[in-house]
Amino acid sequence: MASRKGMEVSIAVSEAVKLANVDVISAYPITPQTHIVEHLSELVADGELTAAFVPVESEHSALSAAVGAAAVGARAYTATASQGLALMHEIMFIASGLRLPMVMTVVNRALSTPINIWNDLSDIMAERDTGWIQLFAINGQEAVDLTLQAFKLAEDPRVLLPVAVNLDGFVLSHVIEPVEIPDQEMVDRFLPPYKPGIRLDPDNPVSMGAFGSPEVFTEIKKQIDEALIGSQKVAAEVWKDFGAIFGRTYKPVESYKTKGAETLLVTMGSISETAMSAVDLMREKGQKVGLIHIRLWRPFPFKEFFQAVKEAKVLAVVDRALVPGGAGGPVGLEVKAALFDKPGRPYVAEFIAGLGGRDLTVEIFMEMVTKANRYAQTQKELRYEMIGVREK
Amino acid sequence: MSKVDALHPWKEAPLGCVIEEAGNSRKFKTGDWRSKIRPVTDQEKCIKCGMCWIFCPEMAYNLRADGFYDWISEYCKGCGICAKECPKEAIQMIAEEE
Amino acid sequence: MIAEDLKEFKKFTPKTLPQEEPLVYGHRACQGCGEVLALRMVAKAIGSPMIAVSATGCMEIISSPYPQTAWAVPWIHVAFENAAAVASGVEAGLKALMTKGRIPEKKISVVAFAGDGGTADIGFQALSGALERGHDFVYVCLDNEAYMNTGIQRSSSTPFGATTTTSPAGKLSPGQRTWKKNLPAIMAAHNIPYVATASPAYYLDLMNKAKKAALIKGPAFLHVYSPCPTGWRHGTDLAIEVSRLVVETNIFPLFEVIEGKYVVRKNTKVKPVEEYLKTQRRFSHLTPELIQTIQKRVDAEYERLLKMEASTQEAEKKEEAPKE
Repeated sequence: MASRKGMEVSIAVSEAVKLANVDVISAYPITPQTHIVEHLSELVADGELTAAFVPVESEHSALSAAVGAAAVGARAYTATASQGLALMHEIMFIASGLRLPMVMTVVNRALSTPINIWNDLSDIMAERDTGWIQLFAINGQEAVDLTLQAFKLAEDPRVLLPVAVNLDGFVLSHVIEPVEIPDQEMVDRFLPPYKPGIRLDPDNPVSMGAFGSPEVFTEIKKQIDEALIGSQKVAAEVWKDFGAIFGRTYKPVESYKTKGAETLLVTMGSISETAMSAVDLMREKGQKVGLIHIRLWRPFPFKEFFQAVKEAKVLAVVDRALVPGGAGGPVGLEVKAALFDKPGRPYVAEFIAGLGGRDLTVEIFMEMVTKANRYAQTQKELRYEMIGVREK
Repeated sequence: MSKVDALHPWKEAPLGCVIEEAGNSRKFKTGDWRSKIRPVTDQEKCIKCGMCWIFCPEMAYNLRADGFYDWISEYCKGCGICAKECPKEAIQMIAEEE
Repeated sequence: MIAEDLKEFKKFTPKTLPQEEPLVYGHRACQGCGEVLALRMVAKAIGSPMIAVSATGCMEIISSPYPQTAWAVPWIHVAFENAAAVASGVEAGLKALMTKGRIPEKKISVVAFAGDGGTADIGFQALSGALERGHDFVYVCLDNEAYMNTGIQRSSSTPFGATTTTSPAGKLSPGQRTWKKNLPAIMAAHNIPYVATASPAYYLDLMNKAKKAALIKGPAFLHVYSPCPTGWRHGTDLAIEVSRLVVETNIFPLFEVIEGKYVVRKNTKVKPVEEYLKTQRRFSHLTPELIQTIQKRVDAEYERLLKMEASTQEAEKKEEAPKE
């Protein structure tokens, strides 16, 4: 039987990686990912997980080694945050471009500068266009579940794309939550060993990473785009299988108290749970407020998103990364693009909040809802607003 | 193995731009690169040492059963290393006829 | 120990060279390219089963113009600076899969190929990391002494006085101002079991070293001199001649570092560096003074190499000496 106990979410994630029976772990330490890789190296050192633990000398090499391992048909895993993810940037495109499955946990942390070890989503947002499937966990259980699901999704022959599972640094990675760690037997039923299609095999030699001329580049990119878009359908199947075995269901966009809501908060990551508390308070006061949080960021679930928000009049989007000199934050941009051609679409108020680990309290969420409603009433033309900036 | 042409429709492009047909560059006849100068071996002088074969960047020599080396016109780029390195000066670079 | 690993090693002779060509014709290298020839020789010597990992560079570009590949063995190219990191992942992946019984246990040589740029400059960190971690692979640096693929720009492996597009000889410049980075010494300092220099003119020596490198467990580093007629501006038929002269002048001595012990191949007659320098127009601007500077430094470096040989061989003798 699966055991439910209080444990640090980082450790829970490592346990999930162990249950997934990965073959190669190549990782470089960076706060706040360190507990994940430390625990994994302990598991390997004690023989609890049979895997090659490669203590690489940089994150760029971490992802490069994961690519090499996946290329020979091994189940590869890595984890990083912030600067480390930025250092991997070049290889991110290559990993998805080569159609190699692998899973990476991103423990979201602000990108320098100033150097800041606390949580926001700027690190993963900078990797938005890399062709990776990107998922967001809002609590410890999700962190475990999404990790297991990520392998199955990545390795599906219709997908063959790397997957990033995001969890917020410190506020999620380092907290102790009640988590149900599944049985190995249940996991094995859900996640069979990786069966690679094309791999580096002396008995069947192929060349990976060829020099592609203008004649072929567009078609390869089209393939990746279609694969990424098509992976949503496979994700739905994976979630269905997961639900059948483990009893927990997942959707690309999750709704909370949206019935009859006129104003919706739109969030990603663990702040969603704080925002849900704010929604509860506002509901008690009789405000018609709800929340949706986006679990599947890439590919963006346009249909499900629209279904979830179409009854609302006002959206208060909470972005935890800034697109300076641009139209706002990445989520806001996506939301506006999703709604652009929809007649009668809700008013979108875009807020940038909680950068560099600045605390997002229930009061701040309530403030954002109030502002959003006010702006909607006056039809204020606002690209975005940064919350909580000290003006004096 | 199916032959893959670069101008295929996107659905038929191999995943990740992988090339499944190992060594298919042999379809590309680099012999066309020669500026009409080719090596010719005088078998009277040839001692079958194999220097022409091992020093050829194009692998454009084939060992024959009788120990002499056949020159492979389809791939020779005409660099002249074989002629330069032959210990018996048995290979000359000569003008090629059209 | 190396002795164990090399028990199966049988030296190649001119009549027992392997016939396999892991690199196939039809590749797009320049006429007379010394680097592709060196690559060919190394790959032949190591032979199947092997998995080749290439860094971005001449060899990667000329061998993989989609939809064609000149590789008859499994091959992967990822980026410029990470051949050693990708090779680390390949090696770790194979090890894990064999340990877990998912693929049959057998010897598969993992060979990383990179140019001097991808080794001494942008690839330096990944290489140092891979060597320190002790992966069982061969790293081959095909050294044509500049970033040739992108248009003959200097690298830290460009020899002093050579003209390149980013260290051009000019009124205020002798060409490359710094001395060629001593890669074999740096690799030897990682205490890996095997380091060797090789030149395609000495093809038996090169191929035997490549074979040893593949048989030895743990990291092995091959520094292979690779003439580039296009970048060095010499005749297309001169790659082997130049590869011979560079050794005969002691500019690029052939040696091995076997578990820390230096073994140097010595020339019976040493030629003056000028004989080498005059074969390539990348050196044609050198004044007699500059040539003298080069001669002095080449001699000093060679002396230093011989001293390393003497001291490491003496150290070994001391270790082996019976206790009194």
